[in-house]
Amino acid sequence: MNYTFQFGEVMAELPYLLGGALVTLQIVFFTFFLGAVLGLMGALGKVYGPTPLRKAISAYVIFITNTPALVQIFVLYYALPDAGILLSSMAAVLIGLTLNSTAYLTEIIRAGVVSVRQAEMDAAIGLNMTRLQILRYVMLPHIAKTIFAPLSNFFIWLMLGSSIAALFGVEELTGRAINVSSVNLRTIETFSVVAVIYIGLTLIASMSLALLGRVAFRVKARVF
Amino acid sequence: MFERLLFEAPDFFTYYNVIFLLEAAARTLGMTLIGCTVGFIAGLLIAVLRQSVNPWTLPLRVIAIAYVETFRRIPFLVIIFIVLYAIQPLMENASLLTIATIAICLVSTAFLSEIVRAGLESVPKQQIEGARTLNFGAARTLWYVVLPQAWRVILPPAIAFAVMFIKDTSLASHIGVVELTFSGKMFVNRGFSPLLGFGAVLVLYFLLSYPLSRLGTYLEKRLDPSRRS
Amino acid sequence: MTHLDVRDLACSYGSEKILKGVTLSAEKGEVVSLIGPSGSGKSTLLRALVGLTLPSAGEVRVAGKAVDYSSRKSVRELRSQLAIVFQQYNLFQNMTVMRNVTIAPITIKKRPKAEVEALAAELLARVGMEAKHDAYPEELSGGQQQRVAIARALALQPEILLLDEVTSALDPERVNEVLDTIRRLTDEGITMLLVSHEMSFVREVSTRVVMMDDGKVVETGTPSQIFDSPTHERTRDFVGMILKH
Repeated sequence: MNYTFQFGEVMAELPYLLGGALVTLQIVFFTFFLGAVLGLMGALGKVYGPTPLRKAISAYVIFITNTPALVQIFVLYYALPDAGILLSSMAAVLIGLTLNSTAYLTEIIRAGVVSVRQAEMDAAIGLNMTRLQILRYVMLPHIAKTIFAPLSNFFIWLMLGSSIAALFGVEELTGRAINVSSVNLRTIETFSVVAVIYIGLTLIASMSLALLGRVAFRVKARVF
Repeated sequence: MFERLLFEAPDFFTYYNVIFLLEAAARTLGMTLIGCTVGFIAGLLIAVLRQSVNPWTLPLRVIAIAYVETFRRIPFLVIIFIVLYAIQPLMENASLLTIATIAICLVSTAFLSEIVRAGLESVPKQQIEGARTLNFGAARTLWYVVLPQAWRVILPPAIAFAVMFIKDTSLASHIGVVELTFSGKMFVNRGFSPLLGFGAVLVLYFLLSYPLSRLGTYLEKRLDPSRRS
Repeated sequence: MTHLDVRDLACSYGSEKILKGVTLSAEKGEVVSLIGPSGSGKSTLLRALVGLTLPSAGEVRVAGKAVDYSSRKSVRELRSQLAIVFQQYNLFQNMTVMRNVTIAPITIKKRPKAEVEALAAELLARVGMEAKHDAYPEELSGGQQQRVAIARALALQPEILLLDEVTSALDPERVNEVLDTIRRLTDEGITMLLVSHEMSFVREVSTRVVMMDDGKVVETGTPSQIFDSPTHERTRDFVGMILKH
């Protein structure tokens, strides 16, 4: 075997690939923030809600976190049309990933909520703080500190996991890599370049998150 | 949608189809098991290597760090593509299952080495100093002192990782490995309703994953180092 | 011949100089105590002697033989003659009391298990821990752990024993049980170098006292010289302040 690497044709497609990275970022930000809002509601519901709601949320989290996102999206994309709901591939992927981020973020945020110590809550009540003040000054700083690291890890996980969108024809970074390599037939080169772009994206994300954590929450996060 | 499901069910749950699904589930489980075992052993070696302070191992340590950081920052799907096209010229007879398993081991090594490293670092420095002053060498310190104390920190996240990994192996379906997800696709292609085909697959994934994740949660509570035995 | 001879030993932590040339010695069977304010380098000196902190300059001789801290073989030989007991005991949390005491003689020195276990039982009885062979360190009080740690060090049959603030982490009512254990050892001819803040104990057991400050030896003398008629001002201040409490 005498394989010669040729990156020329791949590099010509770099702007197209970077455009795909932008689509990846859009998917990640959309599903992360929507998942965070729903996850916060889920976490509060799971800690403070009535028993049936708590059980329903638990069941949802357990089901989603114990089955592959890929197969969940298969169901959304291929089975829902039977019920008269036709989703575009992008919509199916966004819904599927949001279902997942909601489940994982519910668990992460819940762990943060229960980490607030009763002693601190008692002290706050003793100081005659209002419920809003307690949330703002006692609970939130504590929760932020506890969940920051798992939240950052999940963000990176989502960035990598969003590549499954390619399997539904969404033209994000991996999807565009498949397109490029099926034309230039330089699969290894194309995917190596894409791998480097992913490494760059996740490194930037890790460093920004570490910086954010240090400035906003005084969390000492490490990138490596 | 659900009437169709009930209508098709008798044709779907035939003896051969059930055996086929179970074999696919076994392949999913097998890939996960091999991946986690190889990944754990290789990850342990990398973690131990990274703890070394010997100047002779510096180049190896740099390679190990680069490896771990690289493979934790590339989507599994992209790694599968690269391994697929990189292995085929090297091993012409490599089966798709072999190729997927190689990709799995590469990734699990990177992630598990980080989990093991966190476990090794959780052992207080005083324990290691105590061993050193008793003339324990590096290997004996690791074997008698560090590992027996680190495993309770390593095990819960390692199991959580295995749970993630059962699901990640579903991506191997894309290159044609006949594991659970692929079997679901085959049923749908044969005309069964997607809800039935993929639904059955979801249930099987759940049956593989849920007991393991329960074990992980149990061990996390049980082995919490801050309140022993 | 001087049993332990330390000359101009220097140690740095990063850019900070912790030891700035320490010279001291101990004859065979002597009990030498190091006193001085915290941060004066007493613990660093002991850590450097066992090779946990690498010295940047100076010389250490044990029974006349120079130690080469950059050579693994030399350090291994040194540690077979010299044992240390730490402030935080450093017992192996994953092993029973018996295993803690016997593991090094059995696996490192390759001595017969039965013989080592008999010796360990004798040592544990001597430190008053004969009823706790199968206990794990976390089940013991600090004082009990420290006595096991002393037995563990003695099981190596060291010629020199280093004791690093072995009572500082203990509850006040536990201090005496550990001091009693050490007191009994001083009669057995083991050369000891100890760091302690228990001044009356230091005065009682030491053959010589070394006052350290800011990484250097300020003054050396017999206990009565140091405590009753210190010549150096730093020693006077330190002793005066300690004895007032």
